[in-house]
Amino acid sequence: MKSLTLELNGAKITCDVEPRETLADFLRERCRLTATHLGCEHGACGACTVAIDGQATRSCLQLAIMCDGRSVQTLEGLKDDPAMEVLRRHFHQSHGVQCGFCTPGMLMMARDILLRMPHPNAETVRSQLSGQICRCTGYSGIVTAIVAAGRELGRAGQAKGVREPGYPSHRNCSGAGRGRRLGADRKLLCPFCAHA
Amino acid sequence: MKAAIFDYAVPKTVSEASTLLGTAGVATAAIAGGQSLLPMLNLRVALPDLLVDIGRLQELKEVAATPSSIRIGALTTHAAIEDGKLPEAFGGLMQKVASKISYRAIRNHGTIGGSVALADPASDWTGCLMALGAHVRISGLKGTRSQPINEFVLGQYSTSLASDEIILGFDVPRPDAAALRWGFFKVVRKSGAFADSIAFAVANGHGGPASVVLAAAADRPCLLSKVAERIQVGDRSEEALRSAIAKDVAEHVSQDDAYLMRLHTSTVLRAVQEVQAK
Repeated sequence: MKSLTLELNGAKITCDVEPRETLADFLRERCRLTATHLGCEHGACGACTVAIDGQATRSCLQLAIMCDGRSVQTLEGLKDDPAMEVLRRHFHQSHGVQCGFCTPGMLMMARDILLRMPHPNAETVRSQLSGQICRCTGYSGIVTAIVAAGRELGRAGQAKGVREPGYPSHRNCSGAGRGRRLGADRKLLCPFCAHA
Repeated sequence: MKAAIFDYAVPKTVSEASTLLGTAGVATAAIAGGQSLLPMLNLRVALPDLLVDIGRLQELKEVAATPSSIRIGALTTHAAIEDGKLPEAFGGLMQKVASKISYRAIRNHGTIGGSVALADPASDWTGCLMALGAHVRISGLKGTRSQPINEFVLGQYSTSLASDEIILGFDVPRPDAAALRWGFFKVVRKSGAFADSIAFAVANGHGGPASVVLAAAADRPCLLSKVAERIQVGDRSEEALRSAIAKDVAEHVSQDDAYLMRLHTSTVLRAVQEVQAK
């Protein structure tokens, strides 16, 4: 066993893990964070997507011990995230959920897409989402939901007088984020960092 | 789908990594991003006794530009290249190639050094760096050495790396940026899947040296010298190109599959025509 210390959804934790334990197993079995689903366990399906240091990651392709000293965010940790709130609502409205197995991974990747590219069109979303598999084949609703969420986040930015073209994406707050204020009047929080 | 038991170590220096990797009587494996090794561990295709995590070695993160070359640290991720974090010296070729590797979540961790060290025949970087004439910088117990990537890759999953050696990075000769023309085409069944055929074509100006590489076709990426010659002399005739491709491909690829032969011909032709259109 090796000692592992990491920041998990904002809280610092330390525990012993086996070197061969993947981050996905660590999250589900030791931390009981079961939003992270395990489909293929070899990086093909995307159901286990989480964020490490803010970067979308397949948690089945990371050993827990490799995350020592890093920050890991799972879907549970984004419960109060404003961007995730918008995404959740659009997944509901556009019927982006069938059996729900792929949904946590879809949501994590959807947030990552909107974080990197504001206002993606359906073609961009399809291409960016090609690593996430939905075996119900319900892609249509998922793509619609992400496109709509991107639009809404854009409108929210414009309504609050943000001058930047596109919505106040995470790129504009340069990732230093953590609640940094955006827009000409500095009144708007980056929707991706606001809660952190 | 769970890895077998292994031990894990995080060396603090390159020499410590070499010492660990070279431990006699122990099956060792270096891990950086782990995006190829983790599936192999999970499927128990790879069964190391000791995993040496080289993912935190600062020396492998060095990215530098000199007047004659670009130095790319082995730990540079595909995503970093996709996002334009390398000095732009290849007219966007490396950025384009990076953006077409697997999926973003994989690109965030997968490294250029890991891709070349694994030497999968369908690896994008091995072929790309071969077309750009890169040298591999290697460190081991006997010191450091540099080797042209064309000599470094020996075959399928086979390189000149000894068990104690790791890739430090790559030195890629800096082309005349204004004169560089490149073409890249690959065929995948779905975006992000392993390629069935990849072609790279690079030309330094009109009439300058050119190179063409076909990957995912044989055990290792192959340099197509007759096709490169056609680019150099400025021969745009499709018939002449097809004939040159047929001769070059016949030299490197076993011709028992008519579909694959048409596919390779098509990818090479498209990459070459992209160069010629620039």
